[in-house]
Amino acid sequence: MSVAHHHPAVHEAPKSFITRWIFSKDHKVIGIQYWWLAFVAVFVGMALSLLMRLQLAFPSHQWPFLANIFKTGMAGGVMAPEFYLALVTMHGTIMVFFVLTTAPQGGFGNFALPLQIGARDMAFPTLNMLSFWVTLVGFVVLIAAFFVEGGAPLGGWTGYPPLSALGTIAGPGQGMGMNLWIISIAIFCVGSLLGALNFLATTLGMRTHGMSLLRMPLTCWAWFTTAVLALLSFPVLFGAGVLLLLDRNAGTSFFLPGGLVVAGELIDHRGGSPILWQHLFWFFGHPEVYIAIIPGMGATSQILATFARKPIFGYRAMVGAIFAIGLLGFFVWGHHMFISGMSPYSSVVFSLLTLSIGVPSAIKTVNWLGTIWGGKIRFTCAMLFALGFVSLFVGGGLGGIFLGQPSIDLFLHDTYFVVGHFHLVMGVAAIFGMFAGTFYWFPKMFGRMMHEGLGKVHFVITLLGVYAIFMPMHALGVMGHPRRYYTGTNFEYLGSASGLHTLITWAAFITISAQVLFVINVFWSMFRGKRAAENPWEATTLEWTTPSPPPHENFPEDPVVHHGPYEYGVPGAARDYIMQTDPPAAMAAAKH
Amino acid sequence: MGFWLALMIWAVTLGTVVLFALDDFSLPAAISQAAHEIDAQFALTLVITGVAFVLAEGLLGWFILKYRDRPGSVARYVHGNNPIEIASAVVVGIVFVSLAVLGLGVWREIHLSGTPAGSMPVEITGEQFAWNVRYPGPDGKFGRTSPELYDPTANPVGIVPDDPAGKDDVIALNTLAVPVGRPIELRLRSKDVLHSFFMPVLRIKQDTVPGMEIPLRFLAEKTGAYEVACAELCGLGHYRMRGMLQVLDPGAFEAWLGEQVAQAAQ
Repeated sequence: MSVAHHHPAVHEAPKSFITRWIFSKDHKVIGIQYWWLAFVAVFVGMALSLLMRLQLAFPSHQWPFLANIFKTGMAGGVMAPEFYLALVTMHGTIMVFFVLTTAPQGGFGNFALPLQIGARDMAFPTLNMLSFWVTLVGFVVLIAAFFVEGGAPLGGWTGYPPLSALGTIAGPGQGMGMNLWIISIAIFCVGSLLGALNFLATTLGMRTHGMSLLRMPLTCWAWFTTAVLALLSFPVLFGAGVLLLLDRNAGTSFFLPGGLVVAGELIDHRGGSPILWQHLFWFFGHPEVYIAIIPGMGATSQILATFARKPIFGYRAMVGAIFAIGLLGFFVWGHHMFISGMSPYSSVVFSLLTLSIGVPSAIKTVNWLGTIWGGKIRFTCAMLFALGFVSLFVGGGLGGIFLGQPSIDLFLHDTYFVVGHFHLVMGVAAIFGMFAGTFYWFPKMFGRMMHEGLGKVHFVITLLGVYAIFMPMHALGVMGHPRRYYTGTNFEYLGSASGLHTLITWAAFITISAQVLFVINVFWSMFRGKRAAENPWEATTLEWTTPSPPPHENFPEDPVVHHGPYEYGVPGAARDYIMQTDPPAAMAAAKH
Repeated sequence: MGFWLALMIWAVTLGTVVLFALDDFSLPAAISQAAHEIDAQFALTLVITGVAFVLAEGLLGWFILKYRDRPGSVARYVHGNNPIEIASAVVVGIVFVSLAVLGLGVWREIHLSGTPAGSMPVEITGEQFAWNVRYPGPDGKFGRTSPELYDPTANPVGIVPDDPAGKDDVIALNTLAVPVGRPIELRLRSKDVLHSFFMPVLRIKQDTVPGMEIPLRFLAEKTGAYEVACAELCGLGHYRMRGMLQVLDPGAFEAWLGEQVAQAAQ
């Protein structure tokens, strides 16, 4: 059932620069703000990864120019082990929270959800504005951790206690840096919760006439599912973060058992459990993986149908599979804990549930293949990245079949196999979803087309590059190379790892350099790109029925929906697509 | 573009298959029955996921090549195919869940079956950034410990002096020596933060968690010296927390144990 909303008339956009572009309540501006935040964050995160790659390929090499930038972390030009771990921690945290959670949902979701369901804005525009600004504060607090005494924390993005709960005795960054890390994440949780509420209310309550749930584009289903996951998982992380902060600063012992002796000093805590943190963290952490990837699945589905000029294959199965993946995501957190000391019996259950995620994942893959099968594929950049998403989702996802088995995980846990696996599937595949979304919606966001030729060069280098980076990481894991190692050179059995490390580092340098092409493309297109028509991709969904960029309240009149979201290639139709707002007669005429 | 994209997808698929087939990047030597079983499960999983990977990427490339937009081509107007959906879901479900069930066999041997008769207990206590190894001595019993008594040189695991069971305990640093062919029951502990005792040649690792004593069983079948790594981030020295697993003939093991006692007496 759709819900009509009664708007008296289209309001004009606020006149002042501040209310229109800075403290904006317009979902489109907020979406673009989220997108810019992720854009900045991803380059910070990549810069950190380059520093790590330098150390891994050239262990303890002296880089005099870096000594000028990182005076303590790279004193004398040689990276300190604690600085390496600070890079690991900050890279992970920035990427997971401020890129993978920010752009797909806060960015594209905010921008496109109201447009796609025919709403004039999100349900709670002020709340929406607050979610973005709260998230931005979280980012600033996180980055501040680099600049406080002792620098950034070194506990990894998972922040396992006791290491994270002990303070500076556990390492230089574990003092103020660690406090800021926790506070940043707690702030981020608040922002994400506010956002999730808004997405749910908007999807359920703001759909235009005729936009029944099963006429929603799969992108909307993806954002909706993601919002449900965020609503249920972020409070748990928030709670865990508060408890950790109390353990550190108020003398509580939620995660600290009695009798700890660190650096010769007896720690005055008793009664807590380090494993409790892991349960809370991963109860959030596994759904978080899907929060990162599900919007990319939605964008991929939308884009494959658009450019294959075919209806999405198995629409209802796709909706069901998104929900199944989201639901199962809440029951598999224990597969991160097979070797944690948790009961080995629970591993049995977690393993079976984990492997069963293969079923909805296979449905999605089969349906993506089914969508392009028999199509008439147009290879736009958006389409290339969506096809790349499918390839990476398969290539990365299958690694989970190894790690989901506790017996194999006994060996592979906390090795580079894990690093390769999650980077391919939740990192790079999700980022391919963002690239696809950027090329697809850029005309609507900025009113201009991106440069296709430049985009294709960027795509080719990036696709080959990410495979060259992350597949060899799987091989390092098979050799037994532990992750989060400053260097593997202390171990004889890792002797043959150095060649792979060098290869990965070169591949990372080339791939990251190629991202400059994307930056150029964005800025060039924003000012010099070809002006975008209302519907440059000949697509069917509602955002393409309004000007590029859309006016302040999106639609001159409330759109009325008569068709499903992916009516491409209807035999006998006047053109090869029927828009959702086309009159009912368009379909009737086509079928007879 | 379709042609080149299909070629790229097939190329990375081939590259991946070659990478996993190369001997240089394969599993380390295996020195226990359980390790061989884990390797077999790994190999089976590699074959199954390899087939799925080649099939999916192969089809992706094929469809990209075949269905690129050409003059006169017409897109098929289909909304899906329920038999295909159901069949693929059922097949994948059966294959993956069966694989998981098969893999549980060796997990059960390692973690769910009790301690075999004649097992030798050894206690491992992790600390930043070393492994303390303790043998119970002739009485077969570990003395009680207390964190207040930790002393890096005189009493590294804090044995309580008035407990008679602790009098004959033998302590080694960073070397776990075991007799070949005898079941071992490790009892893993930690003084400070999480560590993970990782023995690549046995294919097992287990976190050491302060406040807990976690058992880990194995039986090494081949003598030699093998490296032990820490696999759980434990601080800035994590990467150099290296130990050795010495698998010795029973006689050599007794001699080694005697040396440790003699050293401690000095």
